[in-house]
Amino acid sequence: MKRLAAYSERCVGCESCMLTCSKTWFKEEDKELSRIRVTQGDSGYVINVCNQCGVCIDTCPTLAIGRDAQGVVRIDESKCVGCLMCAGFCPTESMFTADNKEKPFKCIACGICSKICPPEALVLEQD
Amino acid sequence: MDKMRLLARWEYKPVNIYRGYAGRTLYVNISNFSFEERPVSEDMKEKFIGGRGFGLKLLWDAVKDTTKWNDPENEIVISGGPLCGITQYPGSGKCYTVFISPLTEQTYDSNAGGYFGPLLKFSGWDALEIQGKADRDIVVFIDGDNNRVEIYESPFEEVNAVTVTEALHEYFAEDEEDKRNISVVSTGKGAENSYWGCLNMSFYDLRRKTPRLKQAGRGGGGTVFRDKKLAAIVVKKRGIGPSSNNPADLTTLQRVGLKLHKEIRDLDDQQNKMRKVGTPHLNEIMNEYHLLPVHNYKFGQHKDASKIHSKVFERIFTQGIPDGCWYGCSMACAKAADKFELKTGPLKGRKVTVDGPEYETCAGLGSNIGVFDPEWIIEANFYADHYGLDTISLGTGIAFVCECYELGFLNKEITNGLELKFGAKDDIMELIHRMGRGDDEFARIVGLGIHRMKKIFAEKYGAPSDVLENIGMEGQGLEVSEYVPKESVAQWGGYFLTLKGPQHDEAWLIFMDRVNKQLPTFEDKAEALHYFPNFRLWFSLVGLCKLPWNDIEPADNAIKYKGIEAAKVPEHVQNYVDLFNAVTGKKITKEELIIQSERVYNFQRVFQLRLGRGTRKDHNIPLRAIGPVFPDEWEARSDYYDNELKAAGIDPENLSTEEKIKKLQNYRLSQWEQLVDAVYRRRGWNKNGIPTIETLRRLGIDYPEVVEVVKRHLKPEDEWES
Repeated sequence: MKRLAAYSERCVGCESCMLTCSKTWFKEEDKELSRIRVTQGDSGYVINVCNQCGVCIDTCPTLAIGRDAQGVVRIDESKCVGCLMCAGFCPTESMFTADNKEKPFKCIACGICSKICPPEALVLEQD
Repeated sequence: MDKMRLLARWEYKPVNIYRGYAGRTLYVNISNFSFEERPVSEDMKEKFIGGRGFGLKLLWDAVKDTTKWNDPENEIVISGGPLCGITQYPGSGKCYTVFISPLTEQTYDSNAGGYFGPLLKFSGWDALEIQGKADRDIVVFIDGDNNRVEIYESPFEEVNAVTVTEALHEYFAEDEEDKRNISVVSTGKGAENSYWGCLNMSFYDLRRKTPRLKQAGRGGGGTVFRDKKLAAIVVKKRGIGPSSNNPADLTTLQRVGLKLHKEIRDLDDQQNKMRKVGTPHLNEIMNEYHLLPVHNYKFGQHKDASKIHSKVFERIFTQGIPDGCWYGCSMACAKAADKFELKTGPLKGRKVTVDGPEYETCAGLGSNIGVFDPEWIIEANFYADHYGLDTISLGTGIAFVCECYELGFLNKEITNGLELKFGAKDDIMELIHRMGRGDDEFARIVGLGIHRMKKIFAEKYGAPSDVLENIGMEGQGLEVSEYVPKESVAQWGGYFLTLKGPQHDEAWLIFMDRVNKQLPTFEDKAEALHYFPNFRLWFSLVGLCKLPWNDIEPADNAIKYKGIEAAKVPEHVQNYVDLFNAVTGKKITKEELIIQSERVYNFQRVFQLRLGRGTRKDHNIPLRAIGPVFPDEWEARSDYYDNELKAAGIDPENLSTEEKIKKLQNYRLSQWEQLVDAVYRRRGWNKNGIPTIETLRRLGIDYPEVVEVVKRHLKPEDEWES
């Protein structure tokens, strides 16, 4: 299974991953549109990103969420009705929503952010 | 299924939904196959909101003062409401059916989940009115994809719900995926043979690959449906998405919905376990507090109640499926038993998915009739739905029959061979099948409901009328739902000072009143019987389910708020205010929310008056509802009831049990009269239970035809002394 592993202890909070992600998938640099969320916690940075656990697959009422051949959890937007139950029930708070976006979005382990993450806090891994 | 024969077709123009409204309603006359598009005025939206409000307004305009349930001008109106169909908040797929009831001979409204309400609106209609009677069985098809309404000759030899629903999902869908774009309204043969007909509304379960049935159960809507020779109403609409309802502010819907999803995720397992067991979580709670009806409400507890404990149903219900009856319902309480092999009846041997049972069915077709066998309850639940019978009236009605049988008022000769004692599972199941078949006179009498059974048992079988009146658990002609109300004065009002009979959708005040003792005075009880019925009515105006209001509560609700305020769940009330404003673009407050309801509450009260009901004498209450009737009921809790007498200032020493019962009844009847007075005053009604002209003016529903009805019934002696 392919997934983006997050090593928050290495994170320096530069936010370049978020900007790269939103630029890649929504064509604009806006942290709110990132599929990774880096926030300042009590003892360092916290990274929320999908670990491909698949809880959302069983939560979706329209069978819009499934795994692709590489094990990555993906949303079929043509089936999604935007109920956000997947976001509400995500154990790692890694299914995202944003103003003016009707449907949720998540990391699909493309790995682009990992290539520009200076301290290698984000690493594309294959189980 | 062969191709159905088309009898009529009408094409309509598509419309864009705007802020929760299509802005028009669909009228279909099935006597002459005529169709009309009717506009929704701003006044109609302002005063009646939608859902049940629209249903009552349209029915008011359609009927005469003298219209009976089986007259052609009676209608079945189905309407969702402005919030119906949003996908972001749990419980947003409800629709409301409104009709003149065969049981109560006044207006009734009954709600169901399933996809019908949302798909109807997104097909371009805020409400559907069906008037007239067809000359043969028909299927009405609203094709929201192609903007037309079609009427087909029904191909069904038997109109039972599962058969009809499965066939029509199959017939109108292009492929498996397309089945979720369809919803079917159906009932069954039992609805033809009784006044307890329910309406089943479907949604297609993508995981189980079968249609599911949710019920607008109460009041006999299914009976009206079959009287009109409707076999089914079908709606189809593809492409439902997050903005189908075109809300003013999608972001707020998402924010509020996501917050509740997370609450449910974090708290449901600690609170009510709705996601695992649904409403049967109440089974053991009601038993613990003497509120589970046992043997026609004689008792509130039973030693075998553990056999229907929610843990038993948790094992039976398939777990881990998002069991919402509309998109976005993370409360997921639409539980089901899968691969259930039927042991009796016309589908014996078939493995089926059974919706439920809900708490009310566990109690009605369980403890109340002396049955504590979960498998039997599920089988009875299946056939009740399939035959189109309301499980609550069916349960309470059979409980009455069983007590009459045990009292010797009925015998095998009368019941045509059935020994209808409490717990007589096989014979009770056979009675249900006879109601489904319609081939047995006694079963037909039972299906007329307790109100009529009382008269028939007395006149035809010589049963004593006074006893029948005391133990027949009905009000306004409707069977009581499944809570023992005896020990809560406020709940007497919650059941019997209602618009349409003892249905638990207006107020459930037993814990607040009796356990937590938060309503000490009649004025306190009256305030609760003003607020909660109005608050809960609001769900029926907008198209929401009541359950996500207080079957999940914020973790700090009981810390931040106390007493009645905690029971209101203020944070969730604010959710509803936010949702309404986000959809409609209006700016109501929580106080205005109650006024929206109060308008429709009082309008419906006047409507009942217009139809010859709706006065104080129609708020009847049986003695069984306010205390023990027979000595064994008293003896089961003798210490408790002796203390009740003492609290009323009556010394129980040296009194026989019969004397104690009589004294407690007299005391409680005086309390009842005081409660009625306090509630009528608080609601702005006169002594006879009629809204005053001032009340109508205050609410802005002083339409000339409404005022005229009230004026006909106002008498000086019914005015309150100041």
